[in-house]
Amino acid sequence: MHQLTLAEIARGLADKSFSAEELTRALLQRIHQLDPQLNSFISVTDDLAIAQAQAADARRAAGETGALLGAPIAHKDLFCTLDVRTSCGSKMLDSFKAPYDATVVARLAAAGTVTLGKTNMDEFAMGSANESSHYGAVKNPWNLEHVPGGSSGGSAAAVAARLLPAATGTDTGGSIRQPAALTSLTGLKPTYGRVSRWGMIAYASSLDQGGPMARTAEDCALLLQGMAGFDPKDSTSIDEPVPDYSASLNGSLQGLRIGLPKEYFGAGLDPRIADLVQASVKELEKLGAVIKEISLPNMQHAIPAYYVIAPAEASSNLSRFDGVRFGYRCENPKDLTDLYKRSRGEGFGSEVQRRIMVGTYALSAGYYDAYYLKAQKIRRLIKNDFMAAFEGVDVILGPTTPNLAWKIGAKNADPVAAYLEDVYTITANLAGLPGLSMPAGFVDGLPVGVQLLAPYFQEGRLLNVAHQYQQVTDWHTRAPNGF
Amino acid sequence: MALERCDVEKIAHLARLGLNEADLPRTTDALNSILGLVDQMQAVDTDGIEPLAHPLEASQRLRADVVTESNQRDRYQAIAPSTDSGLYLVPKVIE
Repeated sequence: MHQLTLAEIARGLADKSFSAEELTRALLQRIHQLDPQLNSFISVTDDLAIAQAQAADARRAAGETGALLGAPIAHKDLFCTLDVRTSCGSKMLDSFKAPYDATVVARLAAAGTVTLGKTNMDEFAMGSANESSHYGAVKNPWNLEHVPGGSSGGSAAAVAARLLPAATGTDTGGSIRQPAALTSLTGLKPTYGRVSRWGMIAYASSLDQGGPMARTAEDCALLLQGMAGFDPKDSTSIDEPVPDYSASLNGSLQGLRIGLPKEYFGAGLDPRIADLVQASVKELEKLGAVIKEISLPNMQHAIPAYYVIAPAEASSNLSRFDGVRFGYRCENPKDLTDLYKRSRGEGFGSEVQRRIMVGTYALSAGYYDAYYLKAQKIRRLIKNDFMAAFEGVDVILGPTTPNLAWKIGAKNADPVAAYLEDVYTITANLAGLPGLSMPAGFVDGLPVGVQLLAPYFQEGRLLNVAHQYQQVTDWHTRAPNGF
Repeated sequence: MALERCDVEKIAHLARLGLNEADLPRTTDALNSILGLVDQMQAVDTDGIEPLAHPLEASQRLRADVVTESNQRDRYQAIAPSTDSGLYLVPKVIE
């Protein structure tokens, strides 16, 4: 039963091949049996899951239908879940039980999903390897000595290992697409404002966006349908109609114009990854796509700009963790300043502290113009590059990552080494564009992802291209040994 | 311009982060490494470019000036480290 996709589960539940409760019990047992190897869950919510599964079965017995009714999922542990620990991968929130549900959690629950647990992640979503979690590193099911990517590494490892069919993630600089690439999943970062950020613990508010992670584009369409839409509680949510994503899957790719940015295939890209990306381009050409070379000349400036904007916003967002209203408080503070400093010094891990300090510095008196304002100007140059490119092409295609999943610990000496792994994904966050990573093969037994980018609100187009690709390839159906 | 140990201590104070003395050299090196990356921005010509704050350049929505939230003080204080009679407790600020 663990091999089933969301779409297959929807059919199985509809024709009564199994109940949501049977499925949930089977998957929970599998999680308890196999997850100790991976560490992909921070909390497994057995009781909640069984109650939700029984409720879904009752709703179905009463005549209700729906693609997500009884669908087992997990949430990245930065989506607030009522009365369930929401740790954000941090000691700071180890004891924090959210007093409300995030909009994404509430909407998916209303659609009938069953929450099996909360998945591991880099602390406060800051990382590309899932090594900065207070709860320990997550292992990549394709090779347990390697990282699964991050920051949504727990969701990625769990879905790749067939512990469950799909999970939520969030993407601030690549945190859905990069782990999806490194674990052979399909992952979608929607347009900024497409999915509500309310109840999603903020890292960088002008970049953060939640999205689906699953094994197929078809499943991402189902999960995104349950997540997307206007939310008055999120002041940056966009009031734009949500299309039927499943209906968008089957369009022909005849005449689709795909742009390959020459900057995505330059120095720094593993040539074995480049070969697999080119092979995926050939498959898409066979399906009728037309390939054009394009240029995104400011791409190289994205990482420096990101490491101003994201830490600046993080330093502001994370000031709420003060040891007073919720979260970790140090022992025996001698005065209020000591309470703040020690609660934050002891509660945050080193990567979070570094980014808070970079942001504090960038925003401090005398540096604002040189750092934050400069970064926002570069942000416009990057957006302008995309707007010009989309005049001539429908989607942009390239590698999701420059390298394969690296060995756990290999990039810990210098934080900048890991930052550079997000070179191809970060631009979509700065420009607010939707992006998808899909499985495109393996090198030395480790997965390779191809990234697709589209104009604003064209998530359906991305899902369409990925789904058509998945009709003629089988990379997405391969399972890691032992899982 | 590289940060010195005293700069890092000042930044940590501004951010209300209590750093371990032993970690300061390593933190200083890491911050300088990150700022070295960030400083690559200065080579980019941005003359005449308007800063971009919101990717879709949307402005904040306004809503009707009416109460929409109910009082949930007890629920929100149940997760606080220390409260009494509806108040959050902190070390004494004024002697």
